Amino acid sequence: MTSILITGASLYGDTIADVLIDGEDIVAVGPEATGRVTATTEKVDGTGCILLPGLVDLHTHLREPGGEEAETVDTGTMAAARGGFTAVHAMANTTPTADTAGVVEQVHQRGQEAGHCDVFPIGAVTVGLESERLADLGAMAESAARVRVFSDDGKCVFDPLLMRRALEYVKTVNGVIAQHAQDPALTPNAQMHEGAVSAEIGLMGWPAVAEESIIARDVLLAEHVGSRLHVCHLSTAGSVDIIRWAKQRGIAVTAEVTPHHLILTDEKARTYSARYKVNPPLRTQKDVDAVREGLADGTIDIVATDHAPHPRDAKDTEWDRAAFGMTGLETALSIVQATMVDTGRLTWRDVARVMSEKPAQIGLDARHGRPIAAGEPANLLLWDPSTTATVDPADHASRSSNTPFEGMDLPGTNRATIFNGRFTVRDGELVHG
Amino acid sequence: MKHLISIDDLTRQDAIDVLDTAEHMAQTQSRSIRKLPTLVGRTVVNLFFEDSTRTRISFEAAAKRLSADIINFSAKGSSLSKGESLKDTALTLDAMGADAIVVRSSSSGAAHLLANAGWIDKPIVNAGDGTHEHPTQALLDAYTLRRHLVEGPTGSDLAGKRVIIVGDILHSRVARSNVKLLSLLGASVTLVAPPALIPIGVQSWPCEVSYSLDAAIAEGADAVMMLRVQRERMVGGGFFPTEGEYSRRFGLSTDRADRLPDHAVVLHPGPMNRGFEIASDVADGPRSVIVEQVNNGVSVRMSVLYHVLAAHTEEAS
Repeated sequence: MTSILITGASLYGDTIADVLIDGEDIVAVGPEATGRVTATTEKVDGTGCILLPGLVDLHTHLREPGGEEAETVDTGTMAAARGGFTAVHAMANTTPTADTAGVVEQVHQRGQEAGHCDVFPIGAVTVGLESERLADLGAMAESAARVRVFSDDGKCVFDPLLMRRALEYVKTVNGVIAQHAQDPALTPNAQMHEGAVSAEIGLMGWPAVAEESIIARDVLLAEHVGSRLHVCHLSTAGSVDIIRWAKQRGIAVTAEVTPHHLILTDEKARTYSARYKVNPPLRTQKDVDAVREGLADGTIDIVATDHAPHPRDAKDTEWDRAAFGMTGLETALSIVQATMVDTGRLTWRDVARVMSEKPAQIGLDARHGRPIAAGEPANLLLWDPSTTATVDPADHASRSSNTPFEGMDLPGTNRATIFNGRFTVRDGELVHG
Repeated sequence: MKHLISIDDLTRQDAIDVLDTAEHMAQTQSRSIRKLPTLVGRTVVNLFFEDSTRTRISFEAAAKRLSADIINFSAKGSSLSKGESLKDTALTLDAMGADAIVVRSSSSGAAHLLANAGWIDKPIVNAGDGTHEHPTQALLDAYTLRRHLVEGPTGSDLAGKRVIIVGDILHSRVARSNVKLLSLLGASVTLVAPPALIPIGVQSWPCEVSYSLDAAIAEGADAVMMLRVQRERMVGGGFFPTEGEYSRRFGLSTDRADRLPDHAVVLHPGPMNRGFEIASDVADGPRSVIVEQVNNGVSVRMSVLYHVLAAHTEEAS
C-alpha cells in the first residue's frame, strides 16, 4: 500500500494543513507530513476543499438479504462511499430479519467482502420485528458482527413493557435501542403528515402526536431504567421540544434527523408522486425550521440518511400502494451543506460532529469519527463545497433511483473518500479493489 | 379544458360554461331521438378500479348519447383484478387508441397520476379518486341547485346561497369537490359532522364548520346535502359512539327537514343509508331532489365529455 499526501485542504474548515496517510492510518499532519513524502506517495491537491473524518450513517437500509432487487450490500456501500461515508449501520428489516447472530454475521461479512466501507449490522429488537418477544440480543452482540445498535426500524417497539425490557437488557452489552417512534394505533393506513395538505388531497393522515407520544414515553422509560435510547428520524417540532426537555433532565437520549426532513415539506405530496412518500412523513415548514434549529443547537445529535432504496415499480404507482422511503446516501452531505452550512447554522466542524463523530460514538465504532491527527485511522472525506450539481439518479451508485431530490441543484462534491487508508472514491469516481 | 381531475382545474367561468352546456344537453334529452352525433368515432374508456354502478352507468349513458364508443374496463373479471398496475393499464389503453379515460379508483391521486405521469396523453376525467375529489358529482350537484334555487339559471352562479353539507366529510370526495365548487360559484358552505369525521386541517377550506345540525339549520339554508356514512372506510372505529346516536344528532329527520325554509331542497349523492343519515320520508319527500340528481348527472357528464373531447377541436376548426 502506497502512502497518500493530501495537500492544501482545510481540516474541518478551520486550518489548512497537509495530511499524510500510510497504511491504514494517518501518520503525520502539518509540515511534518510534507517532509515524509517518498517517491511513491500519491498526492491529492485538496486546495479549496474541506477535509472531514469519513461520514458515519447510523441508519441505512442495504436490503440484503431478501431485497436485492432494490439494493445489495455491494451497491449500497458503493453509494455510501460516493456520499463520503466510511461506515454504515445496516437496518434489520431484511428478509430474513436480522434477528440472529447468523444473519448479522452474514451482512457484516458481505460488507467486508465488498470493501467500500465498514458495515455494522443493526440487530432487530424483537423476533421478526413482530414486537412479541426479544430477539437474541446477546448472541448478536457477541457475534463477529459485534452488534451494539438494536432497532425494529420500520416498525415501532410499541408495547411499553417490551420496550422497557429491551432497554434494560441492552445494558449488558452497552447497547442502544434505536426506536422508530410511531404509535401504530394512531396511524392506521397512514399515508402522509396529517394537516392542511392531507385534508385537501385526501390522503390518510399520520399525526405528529403519533411520533411525539412514543418519544415522550420512551425517554421516561430510559430515565427510569437508566438505559441509552436513540430516536430514529425525528420529524416534528414537538419531538424536538421533548428531546430538549429530556436532555435537560439528564436522560441518556440521542436523536437523529434525516436530510429529507431538513429540506422537504408535505406540500410535495400535492404531486401525488410517491417519490415523496416516506415514513415518518414529510412535515410542515414549521417542523423543518424546528429540526434545523434542533440540529444547530445540539438537541438533535446526528444526521442519518434512512437511505431506503426501492425498485421502480414500488414507487411508480398510486400513492397509497407505493412503498415508503427515499434513497439518501449520495445526497446527504449536499443537503446538510445547503440547509445547515450555507445558511450559517453549522460550521464544518459541527458537520464532522453530527455526521461522523457522534454517530460513531452512539454506534461504538472504534475506528470512525476519530480526530484528523497522527496515529488515528485514515477514514476521511475530502469535500469540495464550491461546486453545484443537478441531482440525477442515473449518476448514482445505488441500485435504486427513488431520490426525492431529482432535478434539484445541490452544492458540494465528493473529491475523495478514504477508507482505512485507501481510496474508495477519487475525483468523484468509485475506486474498486 | 384538457382534463377534469379536480375542481381546482376550473375557473368560475369554466364551471358556469360546463353547467350551461349541461342545460343544452338536457334540452336535447326531451326529444324523441336523444342521441347526438357530437362524439361519433371517439372512444371513451370507463376505467373503474373501484365498483360504482351508478357513476359508471351515468358516464356510459352520457357517452352513448353523444354517439361515442364506450369501453367498460372494470375491476371484476379483468386484468385489473389480476393486479395489473395503473401504469400498465394506462399504456395498454393508450396503445388501443382510447380518446378519453374516465377513471374511478379507491386511491386518492389516481386520476392526477394518469394525467401527469407521462404514461398516456389523453384527456382524463376523474370519476372519483379515493377520498380526494369527485368533480362531476359536485358539478351535477351545483347544476341541480342552480335549477332549483336560481331563476333563469343559464349563465348564473350560486351567489348568496347557503348550503349545509352533513356527515362523513373526512372520507368524502364529494364533500371536497363540493366545498371547492360551491364556494367558487359564490355559495356559502357549512359542514356539519361529529369532529372525528371532519379532517384535521379543515381550517384552510373555504367553508364554516359546525358540530350541530340543529344550529346550522336554525341559521337558515337553501339546501342540505346529506352524505353517506362510509362505514367501510372507518378504520379503527370510534368516530361516533353508536349509529343510533349519530342518527339522532346528525341525521336528517322529518322534524329537522320541516324546519327548513319552504324553498330549500335536500340532496344526497347516493347510495343512501335510509333511516341512518336520512329518514325515508325526507328522502322520498317533496324537498328531495335525489332522483333528479341522477338524471342531471347524465347531462352534466355529457357536458364534461363534450368539453374535454370536442370543445377545443371545434374551436380549432
